[in-house]
Amino acid sequence: MALSAQQVPRWFNAIKLSSFVNATQVRKRFLRSRKTLLYGFSAPPMSSDNCLLQWGIKTYRTSSLWNSSQSTNSSRQENNSLQSTLLPSVNKQPQKIPNADSELSLEGLEDLPPLSPLQPVSEEEAIQIIADPPLPPVSFTLRDYVDHSETLQKLVLLGVDLSKIEKHPDAANLLLRLDFEKDIKPILLFLKDLGIEDNQLGPFLTKNYAIFSEDLENLRMRVTYLQSKNFSKADITQMVRNAPFLLNFSVERLDNRLGFFQKELELSVKKTRDLVVRLPRLLTGSLEPVKENMKVYRLEFGFKRNEIQHMVTRIPKMLTANKRKLTEMFDYVHNMMSVPHHIIVRFPQVFNTKLFKVKERHLFLTYLGRAQYDPAKPNYIPLDRLVSIPDEIFCEEIAKASVQDFQKFLKTL
Amino acid sequence: MGSAGLARLHGLFATYKPPGLKWKHLRDTVEMQLLKGLNAGKPPAPEQRVCFLLGPMEGSEGKELTLTATSVPTLTNHPLVCGPEFTSLKVGVGHRLDTRASGVLVLGVGHGCRLLTDMYNAHLTKDYTVLGLLGKATDDFCEDGQLVEKTTYDHVTREKLDRILAVIQGSHQKALVMYSNLDLKTQEAYEMAVRGLIRPTNKSPMLITSIRCRHFAPPEFLLEVQCMHETQKQLRRLVHEIGLELKTTAVCSQVRRTRDGFFMLDDALLRTQWDLHSIQDAIQAAAPRVAAELEKSLRPVLGT
Repeated sequence: MALSAQQVPRWFNAIKLSSFVNATQVRKRFLRSRKTLLYGFSAPPMSSDNCLLQWGIKTYRTSSLWNSSQSTNSSRQENNSLQSTLLPSVNKQPQKIPNADSELSLEGLEDLPPLSPLQPVSEEEAIQIIADPPLPPVSFTLRDYVDHSETLQKLVLLGVDLSKIEKHPDAANLLLRLDFEKDIKPILLFLKDLGIEDNQLGPFLTKNYAIFSEDLENLRMRVTYLQSKNFSKADITQMVRNAPFLLNFSVERLDNRLGFFQKELELSVKKTRDLVVRLPRLLTGSLEPVKENMKVYRLEFGFKRNEIQHMVTRIPKMLTANKRKLTEMFDYVHNMMSVPHHIIVRFPQVFNTKLFKVKERHLFLTYLGRAQYDPAKPNYIPLDRLVSIPDEIFCEEIAKASVQDFQKFLKTL
Repeated sequence: MGSAGLARLHGLFATYKPPGLKWKHLRDTVEMQLLKGLNAGKPPAPEQRVCFLLGPMEGSEGKELTLTATSVPTLTNHPLVCGPEFTSLKVGVGHRLDTRASGVLVLGVGHGCRLLTDMYNAHLTKDYTVLGLLGKATDDFCEDGQLVEKTTYDHVTREKLDRILAVIQGSHQKALVMYSNLDLKTQEAYEMAVRGLIRPTNKSPMLITSIRCRHFAPPEFLLEVQCMHETQKQLRRLVHEIGLELKTTAVCSQVRRTRDGFFMLDDALLRTQWDLHSIQDAIQAAAPRVAAELEKSLRPVLGT
């Protein structure tokens, strides 16, 4: 059951893999080949472990045997150990006859009886015995395979966080099977063309490892679709960076989402575009919370349509905020602080802050007698200055007190 | 940096729990901030491993092979492969505060969790300021609960309140002596009582060692309570019962803990100070006091 690299990405979704990272078929992806050791041939060197051979003959990457002088670095004995017993179709071959793989060509194959392990061997053959510990056939972590897989090493050097990816066993299995040159490189080059910098590729791939199973043609088509909707190149780069899963969505789905936002908010095309560029996860997230929030603003809070439009263009995050937190914040600002609707519309940042911050600062200002939020009266404090500035500047300029006084007051609450 | 930081992270420290925050969320936030601080250190140096390579021996002509040991870089312990160095910390909570109450909350980290048990067994008192409101009665004794009754309170004076508080203190003093299992007729017990060192030996209901009225401006009144083995709900019930004794009704609008054992308000860390360095400094500052007090409480009381 030899899977080729091209077949794996397309139908890995269809096969149900075991819950562990399965290293069986990874052998072909490993670093340059070992000298494969076969038993009982004078010309090629010998294998040490008997049991390994019983699992079948493995993994020759190239068709010819490499000379001992060519084997350079740290590659381990990839072959026999990797045949997992989990797969039902284990290739059990008799030891003497090599696998009928076309990749393999050995000279001087003969029908020899198996040799006993106690037979004395020559010094040269002894030196060429590879007795490295075998790779575990299944594992829950990618640490066991990272030193033997060029793909994984290059990904780590790019900055991809493997410890997060190994929590998703399907993704980890996929990455082990992929070949860096053939599968991963084209997608990386495509991402670089889009404008994503080298140091941003790591976090991007950590979030969206599924992009490797996407077809490059589909990805290009989606980018052309976005360009046809008049998103500039820089816009698309920013959107893809902030919402890594954007390009995994089909063109119809993206179209539906854009249409939904245009209809729901009744904004002009340019404003919808700006909104989506600022918060691209609107396109990748679920639409139910957005519909709920729109109802809350209109019916529960009593904002008018143009007021909601104004607030949403200023703070797009309002569309995806938590309903309960929004209600608590509006209740406090409108009922406790007595701030009317038209002033809240001018400062939608209040919906983006934590409730305790607003509460503490408002109570401090009330204690000092400076809690005045009506622009018509003197000593007016705008709401955005109440919430958006750090503590030191707030104490100095708005409350006209020291930070120690603020802390002492907090301990009396 | 991480392990050096962890070495300084064993002991007790006090935080100020704001009202409206669950104590468990506070504990989880503190743990998360500590882990963030510990994992923010420098990444470790890249490691190497030894492997044996087959190559021609020097001097010979390529036919003779030998194994040479070389060091090659390995990525097995790279942070991007293993994950962050610290994933959990033991953080324990001392005497808990419920959601509506605020005040000093003692937390223990690492080996300090053991000291939390010692503090519990020391049976130290705690200080509370309780703000009451006359004229209402609700089902959960809080201001925003469901209203049960409304009454007038014009007849309430400071003297009546003080008299009731004295009665309460007296009855709790009797209960204190009973739960401390002391025979008050002996000389040692008398000396202890004179010094105010009578403590219960194990579990007991709420015991109030001192209660007085700090401020009286009807309908509001402020009580200062020193008690042990209490829950904040029992303190609110106490306010309700004081209202009943005054032939009116009262609810409790604020319960604030100002001292827990030997941790005062000044030692308590505010929300902006819940990070690794402030907590390490607080642990270090409190360590000698903690050791002295716990040792004193474990010794027999009238030790010579």
